[in-house]
Amino acid sequence: MNGKKRSWTGVIAVSVAVALSLTACAPGSGSAPAASGGPVSKDVAGAGDVTLTVWDQNTDEGITDAQEKLNAAFSAKYPNVKIDRVTQSFADLKTTLKLALSGDNPPDVVQANQGYPDMGAFVQGGLIRSLNDYDGLYDWSSYYPESLLKINSFSADGKTWQGDNLYGISQTGEVVGIYYNKKILTQLGVEAPTSLDELEQDMAAAKAAGIMPMAYGDIEKSPGIHLFGVVQAAIAGSDAVNKLVTGAGGAWTDDASVTAAKTIQDWSSKGYITEGANGVSRDDALAQFEAGQSAFYVVGTWKQAAISEAMGDDAGFTTLIPKGADSPVTTGGEGLAWAVTTGSKHPDVAAAYIDFINNADAAKTFIDENSLPSVIPADYTPKPGLETDVFDTYGKVTSSGGLVPYLDYSTPTFYDTLTSAVQQLTDQQVTPEAFTDILQKDYSGFVGSK
Amino acid sequence: MTVTTRLRSGETRTAGVAPSRTRRRRVASLKAFLYVAPALAFSLIFLIVPTLQTAWYSLYDWNGLSVATWAGVQNYIDIVQDEQLRDSFMHVGVLVVFYSFLPIAIALLLTMVISRAHALRGMSFFRTVLFLPQVIASVVIATTWLSIYSPNGLLNTLLRAIGLDSLTHVWLGDFNTALVSVGFVGTWLNVGLCLVLFLSGVGNVQPELFEAARLDGASGLQEFFGITLPALRGQITVALTLTVVSSLKTFDLVYITTRGGPGNSTSVPAFEAYNRAFNSGQVGSAASVAVVLTIGILLITALIGRLQPKDTE
Repeated sequence: MNGKKRSWTGVIAVSVAVALSLTACAPGSGSAPAASGGPVSKDVAGAGDVTLTVWDQNTDEGITDAQEKLNAAFSAKYPNVKIDRVTQSFADLKTTLKLALSGDNPPDVVQANQGYPDMGAFVQGGLIRSLNDYDGLYDWSSYYPESLLKINSFSADGKTWQGDNLYGISQTGEVVGIYYNKKILTQLGVEAPTSLDELEQDMAAAKAAGIMPMAYGDIEKSPGIHLFGVVQAAIAGSDAVNKLVTGAGGAWTDDASVTAAKTIQDWSSKGYITEGANGVSRDDALAQFEAGQSAFYVVGTWKQAAISEAMGDDAGFTTLIPKGADSPVTTGGEGLAWAVTTGSKHPDVAAAYIDFINNADAAKTFIDENSLPSVIPADYTPKPGLETDVFDTYGKVTSSGGLVPYLDYSTPTFYDTLTSAVQQLTDQQVTPEAFTDILQKDYSGFVGSK
Repeated sequence: MTVTTRLRSGETRTAGVAPSRTRRRRVASLKAFLYVAPALAFSLIFLIVPTLQTAWYSLYDWNGLSVATWAGVQNYIDIVQDEQLRDSFMHVGVLVVFYSFLPIAIALLLTMVISRAHALRGMSFFRTVLFLPQVIASVVIATTWLSIYSPNGLLNTLLRAIGLDSLTHVWLGDFNTALVSVGFVGTWLNVGLCLVLFLSGVGNVQPELFEAARLDGASGLQEFFGITLPALRGQITVALTLTVVSSLKTFDLVYITTRGGPGNSTSVPAFEAYNRAFNSGQVGSAASVAVVLTIGILLITALIGRLQPKDTE
């Protein structure tokens, strides 16, 4: 009897002991490797045989081809380096990267999304390394404009975005804007819009002519960020939105955001955007625009290659100038940051690789594949048509300080909060005021806790 | 769980035996323990330890990467206070109706009809067709229904074809219809399972009973409530357990069809747990949702088990 009892209590004792030994201290403690402070070098050929594991999300047409070419060129230049490319969609990368980074065998180079939810959390967890030392070697600071470097910077503790440490560099430039169908606008007798008022007039004209004004599909939830971002930027202006997203001041319940929410809800009730957009996929909406069934479509410059292939010279690209301003303001920035992990055994090779795929030569490769590089070579003249629209707009927006960050950078949970709130807004489930209250609740919780 | 019952029943059996036999039995029990050890180790490593770990995480505020801070029971308080989490548990309550109650009711009705039509030709064919949804991977099912529900999908096309244009909807994109639409997929999915269970139950009823009832002039309905339903009590309990648990665990359908949208109108606890742990960096909160969900499932399963008639245990 005792024997039985003891073996049973033994089982409990063992399982509790195992569980406790695994969980004795707070989760996450002692896992972060210390950042190496050793000397850095540009030497790649002398590193011996190296396999560099690279996680990227360059899956869009054009961009993925450019990436393949660059990887091949790097391996051709340094035959001792083998590149193991792991590529997946943005959403998949966002989900799996945290696990991969916190594991024992992290990739060497990763594309990290900017803002608090991703890059901030990685810096805080000590999972990606500061590139300040490599910046000294490769002089990225003079290649990139200050505004782009800031987006990829954090304080060393990961708590302040746009801090002193550089954690990555980006290949592509991005602005979210309004693609338009030139044929339809000509048919309506209107010009490409450059302000919110003009856009609304054009959409009213399209509606009156029986043409769908703006194709919009939001089943994936992320397009909501772009739609709201573009409208909010055109109303609030660059300064206010930048302060808001970086946590430097302002509130989501400010008048400009409420007006932006009202505007979008208005579009929805007037039938300016696709009816039942929450049940329409982003790709279906884009396909409608590409097939000439709608006048406008809001998306980023990363779709330039796809849209230009589908529509040729019929497509144009524009951004909106806020009232009282003289240059456009819109959501944008740069592609995900190429970062080096703290756990990488070959940081020198990793840094050489990210320099190679981000430098001026790489920029030309991206242009060849109909994609917008983060820094447009000074001697390059864009091809007439959509490319000129996109490149000129990007140049104008970045040089005039008209870039506002993606709104989901605001707090770690803002992506979910904002995207589901926009779905409620377009379906008339909430008033514009209630919509901004939802955003402010998430925001004040995070900003207050910092 | 298995281990507990085995050891406990062993305990009562060995009570009061002579010392020499006890020693022999102790050796035997050690041997028995060796037999159980691999399975036990397996469940320790892959089930018990992770479960305890999850419970431990649920007491922290943790983003999954940095050092966690102690949160006590705050994550559990949030489940009640946070509208989004509270709603997700409400939604799963609605899904239970669609995943469990409706399929059982429909399957009972079908059983009543089919069991009276013994000679129905091609019976096994229909049974296979009705059971088919259970065999298909849930990702395939979700993708299929996504297309059926899409604005120009099969459902809306059908409605237009019969002149019911006013009823067409963006089914999964509309706040009023999304949850019901997801639920209906569950109904379609589980009817086959329940029906196969019930038909096998009816097959066990002695034909003489039906014969006697018919000779006494019982109507179809009387026959059903007098014979079929009581005979199926065991099968109904099994069907309830299986379908209620599957509805509480719903993840794949929601993940593929709506991702919890529009807004949060189709979010369910399992999806919230996944999303919070892997996407929004709220591992503690995710763990607390998982713990509450697990306890809920265990409680409900135990309650349903009490419906089980003793003789069929």
